[in-house]
Amino acid sequence: MKIVREALAGTLESSDLMVRIAPKDGGLDIVLESEVIHQFGAQIEAVVRETLDRLGIDEGLVVVEDKGALDCVVRARIQTAVSRAVDEWTADWRALA
Amino acid sequence: MSNRLRRSMLFLPGSNAAMLSTAYVFKPDSIMFDLEDAVSLREKDAARLLVFHALRLPVWEGIETVVRINPLSTPFGMADLEAVVRAGVEVVRLPKTDTADDVRALEAEVERIERDCGREVGSTKLMAAIESAAGVVNALAIATSSKRLIGIALAGFDYVMDMQTERGDGTELFYARCAVLHAARYAKIDAFDVVFGDINDEEGFLKEVDLIKRLGFNGKSLINPRQIELLHNAFAPTEEEVDYARRVVAAAEAGERQGLGVVSLNGKMIDAPVIDHARVVLRRAEASGVRK
Repeated sequence: MKIVREALAGTLESSDLMVRIAPKDGGLDIVLESEVIHQFGAQIEAVVRETLDRLGIDEGLVVVEDKGALDCVVRARIQTAVSRAVDEWTADWRALA
Repeated sequence: MSNRLRRSMLFLPGSNAAMLSTAYVFKPDSIMFDLEDAVSLREKDAARLLVFHALRLPVWEGIETVVRINPLSTPFGMADLEAVVRAGVEVVRLPKTDTADDVRALEAEVERIERDCGREVGSTKLMAAIESAAGVVNALAIATSSKRLIGIALAGFDYVMDMQTERGDGTELFYARCAVLHAARYAKIDAFDVVFGDINDEEGFLKEVDLIKRLGFNGKSLINPRQIELLHNAFAPTEEEVDYARRVVAAAEAGERQGLGVVSLNGKMIDAPVIDHARVVLRRAEASGVRK
C-alpha cells in the first residue's frame, strides 16, 4: 500500500495519540513525541513500525503525538490513519490483528 | 435461561480510547462498546479499529463483552460485524430490531464470518435492541428468532420518539417494558431495561431500578460507571432473603438425597420455582453481597 494523501487519526486526550501521516518518497520517517518517551519511546516506535510493516507501508512521513496510549490504541490509530491515507482500503482483519 | 448474571451493562463510546483502556476496572457484568449512536459518522472507521483491538485485550475476564454495531442497512454495519466477530466479541447487539427477520439476517452473516475466520459456529451470541413500536409489537417473534439470542433490550429514547411521547416517570414505557419482558421470559432469555440519562439524579435512578427489578428485568443499560455499584446493591438480596434462600436450597438438597418428590420447609411446601428463585438469590448474594 502507498500513502497518497495526508491523513489524521486519534486525539490529544489522555490515553490516546494523534497520528499524522503524509506521502514521502525514499523510506519511512517516524517522528515521535511522548510524555513518556524516556520510559516507553522505543516500545511505542517498535509498535508503530511493526504496524506499518504489516500493512506494507515502507514510505511516508508519520508523526505521532502520544498521550500515554496502550499499544492496542497505537495500533488502532496507525491503522486508521493509513486507511485514510491510501487510495483503496480493504480491511484484512488477519493482518490488522 | 442463562446462569450468567447480567445486572449492569455499561455503555462505552467506541471512539473513546481512554474509556476503552480503563473501563474493566469498574467491573460491570457486561460492557457494551458502542459503534452506533455514540460515534460520529466521520469516526466510524476509527472506532471500529479501536474496538477491534480493545476486544483482544486480556482484561475482560469476568466481564461479558458486547458490541452494539451499526444496523446492517447502513454502510458501516457489515464492516463492524466482520471486525467484532473476528476479534472474539461474546455478544453482538443489533440496534433498531423491528422484526425476527432482522435477527435472522444478522445470524446468517455471523455464521458466515465464524466459518471464514475459524471461530466455532454458534459461539457468537446475539442481543436484540427493541427501539420502536414495531419492535415492541414483534417482541415475541424477535425473542424466539434465534438460539444465539441471550437477551432483548428495550432502548427508551428511540422508542418514545416513535411513540410520539417523551421520557417521564415511566408511564410512557409501561406497555413496552411489560411486552419485552414477557417475550423474554417466554423465550427464556434475559431482558434489559433502558438507560437512565440523568447521572446526578441518584434517587430517580434507584426508583427506576426498584421498579424494573420488581417487574422482573435481569438488569439495566448504564451510561456512567457511578451507576454500577448503586445498581448492584439494589439487586443484592437482603440478609433475610439470603438466609431464607439458604434454608430452601438446603431443604431441597436434603429432599433430593432422600428421594422425596415434594419438599417442605417449616410446614410449607417448596416447589421447583421457589428453589430456582432461591438459587438466583444466592447467586446475586455471591456477586453483590448483601444489600447495604
